[in-house]
Amino acid sequence: MKELIERLRSKFNAKNIKEQRKNFVFITVEKKDLEGCVLYLKEFEGYGHLTLLTALDWIEKDQFELVYHLHNYSNKTDVSVKTFIARKNPTMVSINNLWAGANVYEREIKELFGIDFPGCPRVNDSFALEGWQDIPPMRRDFDTKKYSEETYFPRPGRYTKDNIAQMEEQLYPVEAEVKNGIAETVRKK
Amino acid sequence: MKPIWNETKEYDLKSGKYVKIWQGPQHPGVTGNMSLELLLEGDEIKLLKTHVGYLHRGFEKLMERRKFINCFPIVCRICVPEPDTNEYLFAAAVEELSGIEIPERAKWIRTLNLEMARLGATVMGLGGQAGSFGLGTIGQWAVAHRDFLLDSFEELTGGRIYHMYIVPGGVRYEIPDGFEGRLEKTLVKIEKLLSDIDKVMFNNAVFKSRSKGLARIPKDWIEPFGINGTTARASGVSYDVRKDHPYLIYDQLDFNVITGTEGDVYERVLLRKEECHLSINLIRQILAKMPKSGPVRTFIPDILHWKIPAGETYVRAESGRGEYGYYMVTDGSEYPRRVHVKGPSYTHAMSLLETLAEGNTNADIFGIMVSLQTYPPEIER
Repeated sequence: MKELIERLRSKFNAKNIKEQRKNFVFITVEKKDLEGCVLYLKEFEGYGHLTLLTALDWIEKDQFELVYHLHNYSNKTDVSVKTFIARKNPTMVSINNLWAGANVYEREIKELFGIDFPGCPRVNDSFALEGWQDIPPMRRDFDTKKYSEETYFPRPGRYTKDNIAQMEEQLYPVEAEVKNGIAETVRKK
Repeated sequence: MKPIWNETKEYDLKSGKYVKIWQGPQHPGVTGNMSLELLLEGDEIKLLKTHVGYLHRGFEKLMERRKFINCFPIVCRICVPEPDTNEYLFAAAVEELSGIEIPERAKWIRTLNLEMARLGATVMGLGGQAGSFGLGTIGQWAVAHRDFLLDSFEELTGGRIYHMYIVPGGVRYEIPDGFEGRLEKTLVKIEKLLSDIDKVMFNNAVFKSRSKGLARIPKDWIEPFGINGTTARASGVSYDVRKDHPYLIYDQLDFNVITGTEGDVYERVLLRKEECHLSINLIRQILAKMPKSGPVRTFIPDILHWKIPAGETYVRAESGRGEYGYYMVTDGSEYPRRVHVKGPSYTHAMSLLETLAEGNTNADIFGIMVSLQTYPPEIER
């Protein structure tokens, strides 16, 4: 592991090297070095399994972070290659030509974070959210509470907020309408 | 052999030669809620596109707004047949980042819980596989026998489907008195079921002729597609997280990784039956070797104001369907910054199934899909 880290440091200027466990290391490279780094790890070091590809939104630093987690079957070690890209008009080079399964990850990141991967097949097709109009939902500035309050609305049974009155309405609807005057409240809406 | 990267071909739908049909999301043969957009020429599939998004609940986004302990009712819902793997992995990531060591006996009980969940999910998966080839009776047997295991879970954890038993710092409760004996009775029942399945399914001429040679995955497809679990082991890759990256107490148990050679549907299903025998064997070993007394839970800080130092980690475990992984990033606050869930069938259901389906028939597509153990909630977390 030590020699591998040295090679990555000299070849790709890897920074922020952190050994999480004895067979698992995090490294950070520049955006321009990333494709070369994962290609080198795949072809020459035996890290042939792309375990995951994901993104993080560091809104306070105005950056996106992309994480490429690679695994080596033969010596059972992991390398997590990370890179930072600008938050405005984010674009990243596609690694679909290295792993046939990578286009699923890239399609998902395109939809949930808005990071574009030019050249990835079907990257503009919707993944899980069909017909989504808002900003990409996994970004930190997307407010889930505000969205759900605007999109969904409280059910009519909860207008009164009073359990006794609601049960009366369900069990004795006519009497409850007379007593509580729910009829006006609900039907006027 | 077919090329791995699909060429984009154009099909003229107006020519009358092709027909496009949608199967799912309410089709009984589809596992979970996903739909397949099939382009057929006669009975042969020319093009398949899978569509997910019918049960997107945004688990990862929900977790960003919740404290660590509030995430526990969410993570177990990512995988319904086998929620314990998710609970374990979330707890393991939290423990690694906050530096908590759990007691020895809690590790054994966690392993017992995980193996029981594997067994239940794999038995039900066998039933689903039989159902996809028209052997509906086996599906009924399998679900009934899983129910005996659910009774054991209810006794151990208090819940049948979602257990929320593995918590940071250990497990929630002690094992009840006499639990081992009652679990052993269930295991004997399941062993009898497996021998019945052997007679009815694996020696069945119809099942053999339909599944042998179907959707063969060559060994050199494993790495490009990121295949893992029994699907990879059926193609001859000897990779099992329990053996290669031992977690909990798997390094103290005696077992071998089961691998196949063919990589077709029959081999994948056969391997799953062998995995059931392995799980039963492991449960018996755990019950025999487990320390009989000791604490099951360690002290953890006030869970409602629990700040975890900034850091990141990736933890993995072997679920019934393959490698499950959690990538967690914390920033020193009371909330997780990002949790990424890597389910075993993430690429299986999308790019691999789309590649494998080409050239097969409409009737076989569900058999192929179930044999890849696809599961939509972990695709659209």
